[in-house]
Amino acid sequence: MSLVMDIWTICAVSAGALFFLAGTVGLLRFPDTLTRLHALTKVDNLGLGLITLGLLPQTSSLLLAVKLVIVWLLVQLSGAVVTQLVAGAIRQHGADG
Amino acid sequence: MNAATLFGLCGAALVGIGLYGLITNPEPLRKILAFNLLGSGVFLLFGMIARRAAAAGLGGDPVPQAMVITAIVVAFAATAMAIALVQRLADETGRASISSDSSDAVDGEGKS
Amino acid sequence: MSIASVFDIAVVALILAIGASTILVRTAFAAVVMFAVYGLLLSIAWVRLHAVDVALTEAAIGGGMTGLLLLGAVARSRSDDVDRVRVGYPVRLAAGGLCALVVAGLAIVVLHPPAAVPTLAPVVMENLPPSGLGNPVAGVLFVFRALDTLLEKVVVLLALLGVWSLAPDRAWGGTPGLQVYAKPDPPLIFLAQLLPPVGIVFGIYMCWVGAKDPGGAFQGGTVLAAMWLLVIVAGLQKAPAISRLWLRGLLIAGPMLFLAIGLAGWVFADAFLAYPEGYAKPLIVAVEATLTLSIAVALAMLAAGPPERAQQQ
Repeated sequence: MSLVMDIWTICAVSAGALFFLAGTVGLLRFPDTLTRLHALTKVDNLGLGLITLGLLPQTSSLLLAVKLVIVWLLVQLSGAVVTQLVAGAIRQHGADG
Repeated sequence: MNAATLFGLCGAALVGIGLYGLITNPEPLRKILAFNLLGSGVFLLFGMIARRAAAAGLGGDPVPQAMVITAIVVAFAATAMAIALVQRLADETGRASISSDSSDAVDGEGKS
Repeated sequence: MSIASVFDIAVVALILAIGASTILVRTAFAAVVMFAVYGLLLSIAWVRLHAVDVALTEAAIGGGMTGLLLLGAVARSRSDDVDRVRVGYPVRLAAGGLCALVVAGLAIVVLHPPAAVPTLAPVVMENLPPSGLGNPVAGVLFVFRALDTLLEKVVVLLALLGVWSLAPDRAWGGTPGLQVYAKPDPPLIFLAQLLPPVGIVFGIYMCWVGAKDPGGAFQGGTVLAAMWLLVIVAGLQKAPAISRLWLRGLLIAGPMLFLAIGLAGWVFADAFLAYPEGYAKPLIVAVEATLTLSIAVALAMLAAGPPERAQQQ
């Protein structure tokens, strides 16, 4: 049983890391701030979700698992709001870096 | 080379980087940034000392760690005061600069 | 070469790269963003050094609060990109040489540790149980070196006094100028309504659990300060005028209680800041709770800056 959980952890965390890598490549290669935002939010939320799901079997208590999920939800909340704010600022002031 | 020595060398390099930035950057705000870098390098050196002194079942000696916590808070307080000073300087003289030669191009009017 | 040391080397390389780019990048805004990232990477380094309390403090105050302060300063000084007096090449060379010497000296010290490492950990661990605390760092902060913590709180208050006294005369006693948006975005208002209840619970939890696990008054107080700042920036509440009595009362409540307990130590125990037998844990918890409140208010007011508008009566 613990072998299955370890395999799940390795696969999910690797997939999450791959998504983070893809998001970073998007950040560096996309031409414009709005497209970079798109790459970052879509991909980083998915990457963080996969990493959290991969780490859940490794926690030793339910409280730790709940804390991990709370961290994931908080990062999603703040990421979503900050993306909206940045996009709103770009619409108002133009994309001047 | 264990983790403590590696982070100690990192702290030493950060002290050098911060000192270089402090000397060569003319803007006061960048000097404050470089000073914070210098400070965090020194804190890492303390962290290395704490890690090396691990004993009695702990991961590190708690006395240097408590000193670093105090130091981080005091560094923040000093940074806040320095930024308020820079802002006041900019309000009074029209530009935030501590250089003494007046041959710089000054664009903005002094806000007062 | 184990996975852990590969990770350590990667973290150190990232820290040095981002630290160097903080110094070398062109605009002040980019430098401040790099510095915030640097603060977060540094808290990972602290976890690797088995100093979790320090990692929490660095992430909260070193990365978060200092980054906030610097971002506000850069936003206010936008027009000062003009000051591009670049230091000449000989000065750079000389500075580089000096810094290389300093780094070499420190590296030599780092690479030659003393044979018998002096350590205070056994002394701390054997004197910790009478105080009722389980976290040795909290023990050092509030029991063994309580004087340092009291004076640190006083230093924060003095810095706040310094920041307030830099106000222009007409704004004396007025409100700090923390109005970022003329009309805040709905997403920001949404965040400022949703996050503070969670954040307040977090802050209280971090202070409470600091007695036996990593955490403590400073870390919890910073989270509370951040929640208050979020509410003010979103326009849901106004920044208080600094002449308000409740503000000043909250600021001095923490250190005054700490000082009173310390002076009472002369009467009930044998020394200044000594705790009487059996009463140590409740006294420390009371001190930490009030200190968290005072720290939250002090840090938020430090980030808000000097008063800029005269108080409207």
